[in-house]
Amino acid sequence: MSDISFVRTEMLPQKDPPASAVGVVGWMRANLFSGWFNSILTLVALYFVIQLLMGLFHWAWVPTWSAASLPECRDIFEQLGRTGHNAGACWGVIAERWPQLLFGFYPNGTEEGTVDQRWRPILAFVLLAVALAPILYSDRVSGKLIYFSGAYPFIMPWLLWGGTIWTPVAVALGFVVGFVVYKWLLKSTSELIALIVGVVSAVLWWMFAASLLSSGLASIMPLALEPVQSRAFGGFMLSITIGVVAIGLSLPIGIVLALGRQSDLLIVKTLCVCFIEFIRGVPLITLLFVASTLLNIFMPPGTNFDIIMRVFIMVTLFASAYMAEVIRGGLAALPTGQYEGADSLGLNYWQAQRLIIMPQALKISIPGIVSTFIGVFKDTTLVSVIGLFDPLNLTNAIRADADWNGLVWELYGFIAFLFFVFCFGMSRYSMYLERKLQTGHR
Amino acid sequence: MSELALDRQIDRSKMKVSDEVAIQISDMNKWYGSFHVLRDINLTVNQGERIVIAGPSGSGKSTLIRCLNALEEHQAGNILVDGTELSNDLKNIDKIRSEVGMVFQHFNLFPHLTILENCTLAPIWVRKTPKKEAEERAMHFLEKVKIPEQADKYPGQLSGGQQQRVAIARSLCMMPRIMLFDEPTSALDPEMIKEVLDTMIELAEEGMTMLCVTHEMGFARQVANRVIFMDAGQIVEQNEPEEFFNNPQSERTKLFLSQILGH
Ligand SMILES: Nc1ncnc2c1ncn2[C@@H]1O[C@H](COP(=O)(O)OP(=O)(O)OP(=O)(O)O)[C@@H](O)[C@H]1O
Ligand SMILES: [Mg+2]
Repeated sequence: MSDISFVRTEMLPQKDPPASAVGVVGWMRANLFSGWFNSILTLVALYFVIQLLMGLFHWAWVPTWSAASLPECRDIFEQLGRTGHNAGACWGVIAERWPQLLFGFYPNGTEEGTVDQRWRPILAFVLLAVALAPILYSDRVSGKLIYFSGAYPFIMPWLLWGGTIWTPVAVALGFVVGFVVYKWLLKSTSELIALIVGVVSAVLWWMFAASLLSSGLASIMPLALEPVQSRAFGGFMLSITIGVVAIGLSLPIGIVLALGRQSDLLIVKTLCVCFIEFIRGVPLITLLFVASTLLNIFMPPGTNFDIIMRVFIMVTLFASAYMAEVIRGGLAALPTGQYEGADSLGLNYWQAQRLIIMPQALKISIPGIVSTFIGVFKDTTLVSVIGLFDPLNLTNAIRADADWNGLVWELYGFIAFLFFVFCFGMSRYSMYLERKLQTGHR
Repeated sequence: MSELALDRQIDRSKMKVSDEVAIQISDMNKWYGSFHVLRDINLTVNQGERIVIAGPSGSGKSTLIRCLNALEEHQAGNILVDGTELSNDLKNIDKIRSEVGMVFQHFNLFPHLTILENCTLAPIWVRKTPKKEAEERAMHFLEKVKIPEQADKYPGQLSGGQQQRVAIARSLCMMPRIMLFDEPTSALDPEMIKEVLDTMIELAEEGMTMLCVTHEMGFARQVANRVIFMDAGQIVEQNEPEEFFNNPQSERTKLFLSQILGH
């Protein structure tokens, strides 16, 4: 018998790992203090973070919430024995002006003969959450809510701008008309012709029948909200409205553009490429200027095309071009085998896109899509350059008030905080979605 | 590659070649740009035939069978599948594709759908089968390929052999009259090759018309009724398997067989 021969007679039981490898201690060891260099870095970073937080806290934690003006704040600081340029935050401005930062000049009932209408944007945004629920959390809420999501694009403008309820109803009917025509023609002609005729009949409806119908119905059954002018829109309400419209429309338009760019039809492809490259090659500010000034030149004289509507169009187009490229990236990442698999089963182009290609391409593109959403939402602040009162432009208006002249940090900090909440929310949601859609393949 | 010993008795009772023509290819030519991939292909396949297509890499085997369900477009000649001409008419193409099942080397399952959904998708959307019926049929075929218990998993959670069997079941759910296989076992480990070949043999035993591009010469010998040898975009030789392997005529065939079987 040789001495390298070995046979185990007893199997080892499982033991717990040593305490230094698990738990808080193990984690800190591995992540913060692995080696002397890392330990020093950790300590130095910790020092700076603590310094920063303490400075911030010192500045922010002051009893200035009830101050009615900047001089009043200064008095409070003097009583506290604080001096210097940045003795503390003057929160009175936020306490006094936050309704304006949120709603702009939306009727709040202070003017003679007006009623507080701010419940309308609030309701609109609450309903927005309801409408988004079945889309964002499709597995947790009842599928029936999706009908409400479908109706929401017509409810929101009515709540915000007011006017007769029949206008959105007539506009919505246009989609019904188009769809019915499409379905009806599908029996006798090809898909493409049915689609084109369907779209054309919907457009004809909007151009000629819709306004007649809505004014007719309005005179029979006047159901209306107090109209609010676009000029009155401002603050976060404006940012969110523009953001929601641009985000909501840019995704479908972006998908269509991305598909068009991959199309075999030369004209469709060229049009899509030109559009995408042109829009991406021009700064958003330029587009907004075009919207505010140049667009009037192309309009028939006397038409008054709502400024916010123009901004919607420009921001949406801008976002769509970026969206199209993000989605194209997702499409390019799909192996051709997926197209072949779908083709070999006899699925037609649209079925393959809808059931096989898009679900995967969109899933791959989620981080890029959400980045674009976040970018669009922050870009809404650019509308200040054409005179709309987004939160940033409102700070100028507020500082023009003698009471608050000279305040910077409080206002911008507040705005930054609100933007951060929204953008961070979107970012977290995208991570949740990515995890949820993970189906165990690379 | 060596011959794979198929360790089961093959039931030839239902492997009947009928007079009915399933596929007729006449004077078919195809180019990739200026490269002439398929040259004057003439081939008639009857209902119930099991044809193995062999040939060196790049000889155009994949291209040929991909032309049969219009995954590739041919530029000259005619292809008739079940009496329907393959032309540019999209209606015809979709019809033929739903009659002809195809199994790929890399499975091409849809990773975002469960196994069951993979199998029911096309019946529901193309054939307009009610969901319940489609699911019952899918389970029937999943049982046939011996993986009914995986129905709720995703493709990424299955082994290669299992994925390929799902791909076969997915095609069968469309009730095709013809099945095309493009190297169904070349991406698999040896022990998985056997489970996929077993499934294919069962299909053959039920009388399915099959065209297989494969390097499994054991399968060709025992299951096929005809072996086609392609080289440089042409059909160089075709014969019954016995004759083809024991008594090849063309020099190219001899060379190919000595390379693939030799050693
Ligand atoms: N999309 C394409 N564009 C240009 N040439 C191609 C394309 N696809 C294949 N080819 C060429 O056509 C020829 C035939 O290809 P094919 O894939 O049919 O060969 P094959 O016989 O299936 O080979 P293998 O056994 O390696 O799969 C090859 O020379 C290949 O380089
Ligand atoms: Mg091949």
